[in-house]
Amino acid sequence: MTELTLVQAVNRGLAEAMRADPNVVLLGEDIGLNGGVFRATEGLYKEFGEQRVIDTPLSETGIVGTAIGMALNGLTPIAEIQFMDFIYPAFDQIVSELAKFRYRSGGQFPCHVVIRTPYGGGIKGGLYHSQSTEAYFCHTAGLKVVVPSTPADAKGLLLTAVHDEDPVVFLEPKRIYRAVTGEVPDGDHRVPFGKARLVREGTDVSLFAYGAMVPPTVEAAEALAKDGIQAEVVDPRTLVPLDEAAILASVEKTGRAVVVHEAARFCGFGAEIAALLAEKAFYSLKSPIARVTGYDTPFPYALENLYLPNADTIAHAARAAVQAA
Amino acid sequence: MNGAPALVPLPYSPDQVAARLGSDWQPTLRSAHRWMILARTLDARMQALQRQGRVGFYGAATGQEAVNVAAGLASRPEDWVYPGLREQLVALVRGHPLVTYAHHLFADNLDPGRGRNMPCHPTAQEVRYVSMSSVIGTQIDHAVGTAFALRHRHEPGAVLAFFGDGATSSNDFHAALNFGAVWGAPVVFCCTNNQWAISVPVTHQTAAPSLAAKAAEYGLPGRQVDGTDFVAVFAEVRAALEQARSGGGPTLLEFVLYRMTAHSSSDDPTRYQPKDWAARAVAHDPVARLEEWLGRNRLLDADQRAAVAAECESAVRDAVEAAEATIPPVPASLTEDVYASGSTGWTD
Amino acid sequence: MDAASPDASASARAGIPAGAGLGPDRILAAYRLMVLSRTTDERCLALQRQGRIGFYAPLLGQEAAQVGCALALTAEDWVFPAYRELAVALARGVPLKSIIDQLIGNSADLTKGRQMPNHFGFREFRFVTASSPIGTQITQAVGAAMAAQRRREAVVTVPFFGDGATSSNDFHAGLNFAGVFRTPTIFFCQNNQWAISLPRDKQTRSKTLAEKAEAYGFPGVVVDGTDLNAVYRAVVQARARAVQGDGPTLIEAQVYRLGPHSTSDDPKRYRTDAEVAEWKARDPLARLRADLAVAGQLDDAADQKVWEEARAEVAAAIEAGERSPPMPPESIFEDVFATLTPRLEAEREEFRALGRGTEGGP
Ligand SMILES: Cc1ncc(C[n+]2csc(CCOP(=O)(O)OP(=O)(O)O)c2C)c(N)n1
Ligand SMILES: Cc1ncc(C[n+]2csc(CCOP(=O)(O)OP(=O)(O)O)c2C)c(N)n1
Ligand SMILES: [Mg+2]
Ligand SMILES: [Mg+2]
Repeated sequence: MTELTLVQAVNRGLAEAMRADPNVVLLGEDIGLNGGVFRATEGLYKEFGEQRVIDTPLSETGIVGTAIGMALNGLTPIAEIQFMDFIYPAFDQIVSELAKFRYRSGGQFPCHVVIRTPYGGGIKGGLYHSQSTEAYFCHTAGLKVVVPSTPADAKGLLLTAVHDEDPVVFLEPKRIYRAVTGEVPDGDHRVPFGKARLVREGTDVSLFAYGAMVPPTVEAAEALAKDGIQAEVVDPRTLVPLDEAAILASVEKTGRAVVVHEAARFCGFGAEIAALLAEKAFYSLKSPIARVTGYDTPFPYALENLYLPNADTIAHAARAAVQAA
Repeated sequence: MNGAPALVPLPYSPDQVAARLGSDWQPTLRSAHRWMILARTLDARMQALQRQGRVGFYGAATGQEAVNVAAGLASRPEDWVYPGLREQLVALVRGHPLVTYAHHLFADNLDPGRGRNMPCHPTAQEVRYVSMSSVIGTQIDHAVGTAFALRHRHEPGAVLAFFGDGATSSNDFHAALNFGAVWGAPVVFCCTNNQWAISVPVTHQTAAPSLAAKAAEYGLPGRQVDGTDFVAVFAEVRAALEQARSGGGPTLLEFVLYRMTAHSSSDDPTRYQPKDWAARAVAHDPVARLEEWLGRNRLLDADQRAAVAAECESAVRDAVEAAEATIPPVPASLTEDVYASGSTGWTD
Repeated sequence: MDAASPDASASARAGIPAGAGLGPDRILAAYRLMVLSRTTDERCLALQRQGRIGFYAPLLGQEAAQVGCALALTAEDWVFPAYRELAVALARGVPLKSIIDQLIGNSADLTKGRQMPNHFGFREFRFVTASSPIGTQITQAVGAAMAAQRRREAVVTVPFFGDGATSSNDFHAGLNFAGVFRTPTIFFCQNNQWAISLPRDKQTRSKTLAEKAEAYGFPGVVVDGTDLNAVYRAVVQARARAVQGDGPTLIEAQVYRLGPHSTSDDPKRYRTDAEVAEWKARDPLARLRADLAVAGQLDDAADQKVWEEARAEVAAAIEAGERSPPMPPESIFEDVFATLTPRLEAEREEFRALGRGTEGGP
């Protein structure tokens, strides 16, 4: 065990994967000498050299497109997109190619690429350094979508992604890159996909949150506890595949659900959880499902704190759910 | 009548052909001729079947046979092929069985791609011919990535990346040639300039003096090649592959040729092509040019020609019959291959 | 699109009648703009360290390229900047105060505090609001040129971008469309030798960036971007070509990014002090000052006055900017669509009911 920040845990996970397998290569912008703009690849260039930590020209299309070709020919590329906001030049490659290669080739050309990218707001990044657009990717069959919220999960899920056989979009909550620290197992630590983490047990209301929304959700749960409301906090950790059983079990126990994400509400991932509960836990629900999310606007700069959910807005929704029935 | 332009003969003496193709030039030419006739036969048959509603779609490569056959014959088993829209013949020449390709065209249960792609989008993994999407240009980056991986693992081989004149305007063309050049990757960029992107003539696709000239933007060599001249294409592809394999980096080859049919079975070129296009194209028919040369040099007589044609007819007939006798993909296959089977963590 | 022409043009600000060459007086005016830009950069880097603005991307070393280019344009021309074009804005006549307001993101900010610092936009000056994704403005500028072509306006559009942006999708599409449609566009590439940590020679294997234009069927020219007059002349020429209907030009202004990529960057990780020093010796400001001194146009006392005036102007703009109140909270719901949709109205109601943005609210 080592005490690490989330970004350090990502870094350790990458190093671990690269040491274990010479076919693992990294490619992206400014990941070499510069160690990545968030320092996620710090030290890797020095250890593994420029043939395995590849600083590419400024083209996300090229990064993901060539990563696909590498994967087709036996490498395990881990591509870094500097900010999730800059993933769109590669959207075509991700959605049209990466997600569909296995299917369209009848399983003959599976394509295992891991795409890491920092996402989310709260760093004063304005419209283009803050977005949280996981829903686009969750909507595309063939991709797995992962969002860790702790250092241990960051490393464990990353190593699972690297050893998986499918394309993985690995979203790193940059707001808590350094804000959270935790004990991280040394060595080949893996956290399975499709298994939610029960962050906090409770009986009165279920709060679902992932990534950078987990800390304020826990804070909200603690505030609620002072008022005698026992909130359960569940972090799905992987949005695809989704641990439906854990989500249903929690709501069957509490009868109330609040879904939290910083992405805009309309057609956001919360809608999927709400639909799941409506379809499969309807008779357990005591009050309407609530969503605490970003607004349906672009992400603002000066007023980002008013855009993002926080412990107060989450607690407010949870109280309302409890008071409703 | 002022008449159609006369066939443009191949300008070689037998010695000159030998110099370009090597000592076994005669069997190479015979084999090339046979493949071209097979392709013609297949194109004609499939276009007819499409009109009859027996296959859903077909994109002929009539007029592009010289490039496809030359690439197939000049490449080695360890090389990889990333096709564009019209390179299925490359897979056949590299050893993909015709009947398997027919299963794909009919999207039946024996299609290696399990009937998921439109016709003319085959998967032929055993000959390193990679599954393609319909999205123009995307495969060019994949070719560069695969080339990087070949070198990274010190494997022999190089990669052929095919795309049309229209694809030179794509994002991926730009990214792939740039990455390929910066990395010095063992890849040959093969642009089949059939002078049309559906209805857009190449003169409206770009203001560049040629497509080969675009290579300079990336610091790469680019060469224009007569894409209806089998001998020229073979020599250029072989040389470019050799350069790539020996660490000399990528080349952009522009094969100038003529699209002799509609863009696809869904297209009506009379709406946009000039009236004399077909006649100009026929003068550059790669099959006729090769046959004329073989005839002139007494390497192919009428009987031999008829025998090849008959053989190809029956091969195509057998393949079509086999495919039409095969059941459609089993329904369960609809949800398979989205993710790896037994992949970690599925809970439903 | 409104065709109203902004009155305070670059030329007006610099006291230059539009269309004339860059003579002695104008050079002095250009020098003032460059000093103002340099002073703003230095102050803003400090403001960011003090936490008074959130971010800053300086243009240190690129002043001559930006001012030289901007002064060759008319008020009717369109500028499509990236995030480093502060001196272009100044040279087009944008008041420094407006720029500072954007850096602060206060209620006077014309972009309403929605963007990170440096992502300005000034419609009045045909200076189109920048975004962060690299390259996207290049295709947009070509489209604006196509619109101008249709209306037979004698204007050019000018996308500004860096060496890194030449690898972007939009560079390829933008230059290709411009070549095919022969648009009146000047592609102004400031090759400052770095794309964050990636050096120019790893960005592409072509010898110059300018020669990339040949792949699109129009000329590309390399110009010393530390030489104000050389840049000015190159742009005047390209502009004349464009308005005559002879099509686009790619200009590669060779400069050096003397500062960090932005306040989030530490260039010591990837480049040597020696390299920086070498280029520092070619500082465009020092170069111009020396030229002006030799020409007897600027003595030390006059130069000192230029700097003092600049410092005073910057200080006044910052003071005024910091006095402006912040953006009103509910403004986040505006400008998503032309009018507030029912859904957004409902969200605004919810926002109000929570008391967000009020004293003590969540
Ligand atoms: C990204 C994309 N845009 C549009 C299309 C529709 N489309 C299919 S083929 C084609 C023209 C392709 O021309 P070219 O690259 O010259 O290849 P050719 O068909 O001539 O072999 C177009 C526009 C597509 N498949 N993908
Ligand atoms: C599409 C996209 N990818 C990545 C980034 C992150 N990024 C911001 S600036 C930059 C380098 C830009 O270099 P260049 O074009 O040379 O402009 P300069 O900053 O040198 O002026 C990068 C990679 C981005 N903003 N947009
Ligand atoms: Mg074509
Ligand atoms: Mg640069």
